[in-house]
Amino acid sequence: MQFDQILQYTLSGLSTGAIYALIGIGFSIIYNATGIINFAQGEFVMLGGLFTLSCLEFLKLPLWAAIPCAITASTVVGILFERLAIRPLRQPTPINLVIITIGGSILIRGLAMLVWGKDTHSVTPFSGDTPIAIGGATILPQHLWILAITLIIIIINKLYFYHTISGKAMRACSYNRRAAGLVGIDVRRMVLFSFIISSAMGAVAGIIIAPLTMTAYDVGVMLGLKGFCAAIIGGMSSGLSTVIGGLILGVLESLGAGLISSGYKDAIAFIILLLILFIRPQGLFGKSDSERV
Amino acid sequence: MKKDFLLFVAFSLLVMAAPQYFRGGYMMNVLVFVGINTMLAIALNLLLGYAGQISLGHAGFFGLGAYLSGIMTTTFSLNPWVAMPVAAFVVGCLAGLIGFPVLKLKGHYLAMATLGLGIIFFIIFNETYEWTGGPSGLSGIPNLQLGSIVFDSDVKNYYLIWGVTLAVMLFALNLANSRVGRALRAVHDSEVAAQVLGVNARLLKVQIFALSAIICSLAGSLYAHTMTFISPTSFGFNFSIELLTMVVIGGLGSIYGSFLGAALLTLLPEFLRGANDYDIIIYGGLLMVMVMYMPGGLVRGIPALYRKIIKPKGEAGHA
Repeated sequence: MQFDQILQYTLSGLSTGAIYALIGIGFSIIYNATGIINFAQGEFVMLGGLFTLSCLEFLKLPLWAAIPCAITASTVVGILFERLAIRPLRQPTPINLVIITIGGSILIRGLAMLVWGKDTHSVTPFSGDTPIAIGGATILPQHLWILAITLIIIIINKLYFYHTISGKAMRACSYNRRAAGLVGIDVRRMVLFSFIISSAMGAVAGIIIAPLTMTAYDVGVMLGLKGFCAAIIGGMSSGLSTVIGGLILGVLESLGAGLISSGYKDAIAFIILLLILFIRPQGLFGKSDSERV
Repeated sequence: MKKDFLLFVAFSLLVMAAPQYFRGGYMMNVLVFVGINTMLAIALNLLLGYAGQISLGHAGFFGLGAYLSGIMTTTFSLNPWVAMPVAAFVVGCLAGLIGFPVLKLKGHYLAMATLGLGIIFFIIFNETYEWTGGPSGLSGIPNLQLGSIVFDSDVKNYYLIWGVTLAVMLFALNLANSRVGRALRAVHDSEVAAQVLGVNARLLKVQIFALSAIICSLAGSLYAHTMTFISPTSFGFNFSIELLTMVVIGGLGSIYGSFLGAALLTLLPEFLRGANDYDIIIYGGLLMVMVMYMPGGLVRGIPALYRKIIKPKGEAGHA
């Protein structure tokens, strides 16, 4: 009985954890390329879900066509955001960047509220909702979709960053922007790329989780913050450690909600966030880095 | 110095005379909120504008002050005049304790950590319903009383709140012009340089954080005692962002700027009555436009704009 429960919570925690991981990688990609924590990251998750909804309900597109459309639309918003808010900033101090990305996230959320209203919308699952039994626990087909798509994205991500010229250029930017510029890498283009990739990834996360949790104009805040938490656990890496961070967070949250109290579920992520920031700001797996003055 | 003092006296006279002009009761109620928000904006400005340390969780300290005061006066029937300093003391100690690990962080990390703190406070207000009443709120908080005067009308509350707000303002103005204020600005510009010059930057940041939290707690207690009802929605993440917007719009590092920002953001929804839900879009847009085009806030932006428009003659050819 007790074991079955724990298995159940762990399984559902893994799929939310996968979502956190995707969002967290989005945070890390932008942070590594630009040094910006994009507080609007969660809004792309929201946009992904809601654009899919619109494509399905109003444009009557089939699912396989709706998903690319939604990703494209969210990415366009990401590009506009970089062009209109980040690039024109005259004094890009960390505090100004924090404030402008917060302003952007509020604006995107507000516009989404105008377009889609305040209601919570449900999106149909990709392949039915007949539960599948695993051991003593049951999961939905959507859980499997989430895990599979996350895995595929992580592999594509890895291939991009290590086996293509533009991926390698982005890694160069993350090590040292100035040096990257000196060897002929167009750093500003890489910044734009980083926004494109992470808004697309955020949108994917939003699309695959929408059938499970429903979606609304304000889901981005919490999801974004938890994605950031995953990235912090992973030491702001855009690779495996953020994925592990997301999975740890998802499972702990799910176990905490099930076994301790569901009211404090959201607090768990933030307590972990604070503890990591206080004790190991370089992430669970990172080596400590000396600060440059 | 003398000019600063005269400016403050003029401002105080204006504040004290305002009720004569706004005889209507409703406007007085709004102005009470302007006072409370001014206090909160000054508290955040001391931290963000002077010391350069961001906080996205200040609504949490505001709420903590309100709830501590509310619980002590309802559940334990304490006198509000006793409850207020006790709440401020507890919040100050708590902020001091949290401050040490939190303020070791910088920039984005500090923003996220304080944001997390604010949300944890918000969840606690919601979940400890045996104390706080949970989402449905805490009611029956007594009004403040001074001798035979009970502060239960908008006009009396106006004088009470603005009396305290002016005191906080005077204190903040003095602090900003003191050795501490200069040390804070030094920390803002370069922590290492400040330390080399003998400023204990770490301790100073924690002290200003605690002071800022104490002012928030005081504002929270006053809010609880004037409204007599509090619920968690007033102390959420959105309110922390609203405070940030006030400080940024008014002008970082300017005490009168905080008043301007607080007044603008408190009055704006009153003028936008029809556009009830759209105010959030306006906040977001304002925040972005201000950071992009007027990073000094209204206090510095308006004079600069004035100079640009009024006398561009001598600088022909220079954009």
